[in-house]
Amino acid sequence: MTTDKYDAIVVGAGHNGLVCAALLAKAGKRVLVLEANDQVGGAAVTRPFADGYSTSACAHLLYQLQPAVRKDLGLKPALARDELATIALAESGEHVRLDGNSVSGVSDEDAAEYRAFRKRVNRYADLLETYLNMAPPRLGTKDKRDLVTLARLGFDIRRLGKTEMREFLRIIGMNIFDEVVERFDSGLLKGAISLDAVLGTHLGPRSPNTMLTYLYRLAGGHGRMAIAAGGLGAVSDELAHVARGAGVTIRTGMPVRRIVVENGRVAGVETEDGTRFSSFTVISNADPKRTILDLVGARHFETGFARRATHLRAKGNAAKLHLALDALPEFRDLSKKELGQRLVIAPDENYVERAFNPAKYGETSPAPVVEITIPSLADDTLAPTGKHVLSAVVQYAPHALREGWSDGTKAAFEQTVIETIARYAPGLGKLIIGSELLTPADIEREFHITGGHWHHAELTLDQFLFVRPLNGAAQYALPLDGLYLCGAGSHPGGGVSGAPGRNAARAILARGIE
Amino acid sequence: MNPTQVAQGRLHTPFHSRIAALDTLNNWHTWKGYTTPDALYCADLEYFAIRNATAVFDLTPMTKYRITGPDAEAYVNRLVTRDMTKIRPGRVAYAVWCDDAGQVLDDGTIFHLRPGEYRLCSQERHFAWLTAATIGFDVTVKHETADVAALAVQGPTSFSVLKAMGYPELGELKPFGLAHVDFQGAELMVSRTGYTGDLGYELWIEPGKAEALWDALFEAGRLYGIRAIGTEALEHARIEAGFLAAYHEFLPADETIRTGRSRSPLELGLEWTVDFKKPVFNGRRALAEEAKRGSTWRLVKLDIEGNKPAHNSYIFAKPKNNREAIGFITSAAWSPVCKQNIALGTVRTPHGKPGDTVWVEIYYQREMHWSRKMARATVVDKPFWFPERRGATPPGPY
Repeated sequence: MTTDKYDAIVVGAGHNGLVCAALLAKAGKRVLVLEANDQVGGAAVTRPFADGYSTSACAHLLYQLQPAVRKDLGLKPALARDELATIALAESGEHVRLDGNSVSGVSDEDAAEYRAFRKRVNRYADLLETYLNMAPPRLGTKDKRDLVTLARLGFDIRRLGKTEMREFLRIIGMNIFDEVVERFDSGLLKGAISLDAVLGTHLGPRSPNTMLTYLYRLAGGHGRMAIAAGGLGAVSDELAHVARGAGVTIRTGMPVRRIVVENGRVAGVETEDGTRFSSFTVISNADPKRTILDLVGARHFETGFARRATHLRAKGNAAKLHLALDALPEFRDLSKKELGQRLVIAPDENYVERAFNPAKYGETSPAPVVEITIPSLADDTLAPTGKHVLSAVVQYAPHALREGWSDGTKAAFEQTVIETIARYAPGLGKLIIGSELLTPADIEREFHITGGHWHHAELTLDQFLFVRPLNGAAQYALPLDGLYLCGAGSHPGGGVSGAPGRNAARAILARGIE
Repeated sequence: MNPTQVAQGRLHTPFHSRIAALDTLNNWHTWKGYTTPDALYCADLEYFAIRNATAVFDLTPMTKYRITGPDAEAYVNRLVTRDMTKIRPGRVAYAVWCDDAGQVLDDGTIFHLRPGEYRLCSQERHFAWLTAATIGFDVTVKHETADVAALAVQGPTSFSVLKAMGYPELGELKPFGLAHVDFQGAELMVSRTGYTGDLGYELWIEPGKAEALWDALFEAGRLYGIRAIGTEALEHARIEAGFLAAYHEFLPADETIRTGRSRSPLELGLEWTVDFKKPVFNGRRALAEEAKRGSTWRLVKLDIEGNKPAHNSYIFAKPKNNREAIGFITSAAWSPVCKQNIALGTVRTPHGKPGDTVWVEIYYQREMHWSRKMARATVVDKPFWFPERRGATPPGPY
């Protein structure tokens, strides 16, 4: 069965798919978005997990939504709480508080050093922000636009000044561990920064590239974090609303079975129920591996490209734990107001690295690092009155667990995480009346992300900028006419930033739609 | 050898006992790990066996892969530049395959043995690439070099020899055809293919029957001037035929380090093997771009004045006052059968169109002293040697 023709079909209504679709529609294109799940938003959704309780399913903080995306689409997400501080929890109760560019609970030297550190990294993040919001230039090309962008990139780095440029080039490929031990004394401070650098990756603080992932987090808002009212699903809903307003057709519960290739070019998509939608432009919000190897099929690409796609690294390591609580938990020496901030368990930089060690061998961390929010403190729509939701990102939980993910291994890991949090919040266990643990394997299955990886493809220098997700597909166009990527796997990467979606739309419009 | 064993030292082919018995020079080299003769008694005479009688060359060391599975046809069709759907079972195709940049990895012959079953023969080893190419296809690639003993039987009397062996039906075999016949209870595959540009066949059999096949062949060929030959004579013949050799006319693209040192099929005179009607094949996008933009290099066949082979020579546009060379010779020989001083070379476009005159700088030595000569050369279109018997079916009774 064939239905009418669209200028472009977007596969997946993740936030990037919606941003891309909305921008294309605003440019006058007829756009169809097909989403496998019943809700729009991809991994940025709010959904119930226990009777009367709901929360943001994967991403739970809003901190990277690019100003350029907000501006282009006129987004004004309602925030339940803005400018969250980070509290690095200490078992002793002597917590360290990181608030914007200042830190308290540490020595004066550390506090001064932190201010200087933040000033510097914010400057680098600003530089990065410019390039996160445009298609990356190609290397070894004679294309004028690429050459201009490359020249500008070189010029912008040089413009940092001689000392700063040298420093930037010194640290950009470095690991965060070396950087924090060089600068700070406080274990909690070093641990909290390390955690920020490795969240959502298959990297430990001693892994190369973790300075880059840290800067990436700060690009576009300097890491300012907010809790969206109604969870991140509300942001996705707003995006869907904007897209529909611009004329986009969004159909949920329509999993795409394959992207149709005819005569060496894309001709449309076919959904699981056999419906065929025709378009000479198909934009995949799905991850690159799934798009290339499953939805299209390697045989429609040349061998070198298919091989690179197979080797793309996308091993998710972040699990998500949701607890339905009978009452507000009590954390040692934390006021109720502080409970509404972002709490992290990363007592020092070595703790974070040790948590990563087992993940290399397919095992979960016996002492995991945790990022906790209690969004129900700011948003009473998430839990019954007087009850609360604890939402935590937990590392490390490897996608390919050596023992395999089963009810047993999941229950054991959930217990480990609860006990870890309970060290700081005694009595937590008694408050739990429901829970949900999403391992990367669950995230892969429920949100159709290969490896269950936040970034769809590991965010490291070998898969960054000119070569993200892989050589031959860095400018959103895949080497198959009419096929594009617009998800986290493409430049610049994951997080609810909207940047890949916006960049993709601009790149597609610049090339022209047939 | 058991294919699971790791080879220790230089290997012997299943024909080695027979070749060693005929050898008088003790000149050997290694070909893909196997002991192979440069020549057995005299390279020049061995060359004349190719052109005037029947020459037998042991090509067991040539790389061979078996490709099987439901997607075998789709797999080879994506792998190589030419349209393999036109190559029916029982046919053989000469083909080149490229990397994604449209640069030649190798050339070779692909035998469509039976429906869904192919043998790919190449100059170099390509298991990693062939395996990578299976991603997305239901197909199995097996390295079978050691599992198949193979002989090239080439020359004007080669059909007569096979007929005398008891295979008159092979007279119906057209060039690039293959047939399966019985040899002492084993399956013998015969293809009308070769590397000499002459009437000739290649024989493929299980290694256990190799010596018996050799003996039967030489028994049948006694009256037809059958001779075993080494690599030197064959190299001469392949230049006359205008065939490419890896590391001479091109470097496998995955072996090059410097940019611009590899070649595309369009730069090797192989446009006829590139079928842009196929929606996808390795190198298609890059080659389409090159076809539009123009190639950098062109392979030329040169007919050079004089009789001094132009080994390693530079090629110039003019006889004198050249600022730089336009290319260089990749293979050169004096051709006794053509009575021509011939060479293959690579020149920068737009030079080297058929009919063009170019100049070849030949250095030669006479009693220690070196001399230099600028020789006029004409770019020719056709192979230097292409006898009518090469294409005649049935072949004549020479």
